[in-house]
Amino acid sequence: MNNLMMCVFFTVLALPVQAGSRVLATGGATTIEGSAGGGIVPWAVINGYGSDDEWSVQAFGSRVGVDDFTLHSAGVGLSFDNRWELSYARQQFKLDTIGGQLRQDIVGVKYRLAGQLLYTSLPQISLGLQYKRHLDFELPSLVGAYSRSGVDLYLAASKVWLDAIAGRNLLLNGTIRATQANQTGLLGFGNTDQQRHQLMFEGSAALLLTHNLAVGVEFRQKPNRLAFADEQHWRDVFVAWFVNANLSVTAAYVDLGDIAGLPSQQGWYLSLEGSW
Amino acid sequence: MKSLLILLSMALLLVACNQTPKPNLYQQLGEEAGITALTDHLLHQIEHDPLIVHHFRDTDIPRFRRLLIEQLCELSGGPCVYSGATMEESHTGLNLNTRDFDRLVNHLISAMQQQGIPYGAQNQLLALLAPMYPEVIGR
Ligand code: HEM
Repeated sequence: MNNLMMCVFFTVLALPVQAGSRVLATGGATTIEGSAGGGIVPWAVINGYGSDDEWSVQAFGSRVGVDDFTLHSAGVGLSFDNRWELSYARQQFKLDTIGGQLRQDIVGVKYRLAGQLLYTSLPQISLGLQYKRHLDFELPSLVGAYSRSGVDLYLAASKVWLDAIAGRNLLLNGTIRATQANQTGLLGFGNTDQQRHQLMFEGSAALLLTHNLAVGVEFRQKPNRLAFADEQHWRDVFVAWFVNANLSVTAAYVDLGDIAGLPSQQGWYLSLEGSW
Repeated sequence: MKSLLILLSMALLLVACNQTPKPNLYQQLGEEAGITALTDHLLHQIEHDPLIVHHFRDTDIPRFRRLLIEQLCELSGGPCVYSGATMEESHTGLNLNTRDFDRLVNHLISAMQQQGIPYGAQNQLLALLAPMYPEVIGR
């Protein structure tokens, strides 16, 4: 699946096409959940480079390899008017040490409520929703998860400060997410006692070293509901290279904490994204 | 993880230390000659952009050019006084949208890049122009 995606990328990317009117890098990258943002935090930005009255489509593939697990994500997105973002992602979480795999589908919608990332003093503010459905729920249910599907609702605010640090542009993003998901849904939703949504904070900071190269950090607060093993907050340090409006590559070092009882999961993240 | 963070902050520090003493923006844009060339570059790009050129159908281009040069010169701290209309006045009736603005910004960025204006100076100029967005759009 992933290899196929990569082939498709490089074939299509050989022909750069008009990708929309917005400034390079303002579409961000695509998260493992398919929404535009950093790698693990959805931002208020709308994916791609479409401006008023413009469409854009995206495709992405990413891989995170930590000590005992590997997460593959791949998906597609459609954005319109720099206002709406629709996305679909399939995640495949391989339990390299334990054996087996967990898969989930994520359908996302994002709506820009106010602000323009680069131009207004008000940050760009968007409301988003991710509907997640697990495809291998037997295991999560065995470790205490209540439901095979769930909905995350988030409110994100992003703003770029031009000429902020040493002549460079700085992006800050804050996201509040209401979620029932255990390990973002890979371990199902809720537990047998509690299914209510919990509020989590997520944040990112990125500095554009040049017009097409950004470095940054991310943090994602996580709930901790399953009694069988602790769930911990996620963080990463990333570099994103916007080759042109059609192609971006993001690499990161990630710290996912303990997962399913296996301690201190760290490793590398690589993501490729195409936009047209 | 920690060593990566340290590397990252060292890289940022290097970037930060690398820029003293700094000529002012007007000088970095190449003073009068540089700003004139930048404006001509921008006009050339507008002329070849079918999505925005129609806005300039009834525009007195030599006057627009002169005023834009004046404005960029004054904004960047040069010895000029802008003598044109306010941004609200001059863009009223044009009904510009964010796409028009985005495209002009992209043309300006590529003009600055082709002219070799330092990245920091490019961002300084963009930071001065971005706040005009609400004065220009939707009027
Ligand atoms: C920060 C962004 C902008 C700046 C600083 C700016 C600057 C100026 C200046 C100095 C003038 C001349 C004013 C006068 O005639 O007294 C002008 C006029 C004009 N601008 Fe802009 N402008 C901006 C954005 C835009 C955009 C996005 C468009 C459309 C794509 C646009 C289209 C025009 C047109 C068509 C005129 C001439 C109007 C006429 O014929 O009277 N401007 N602008």
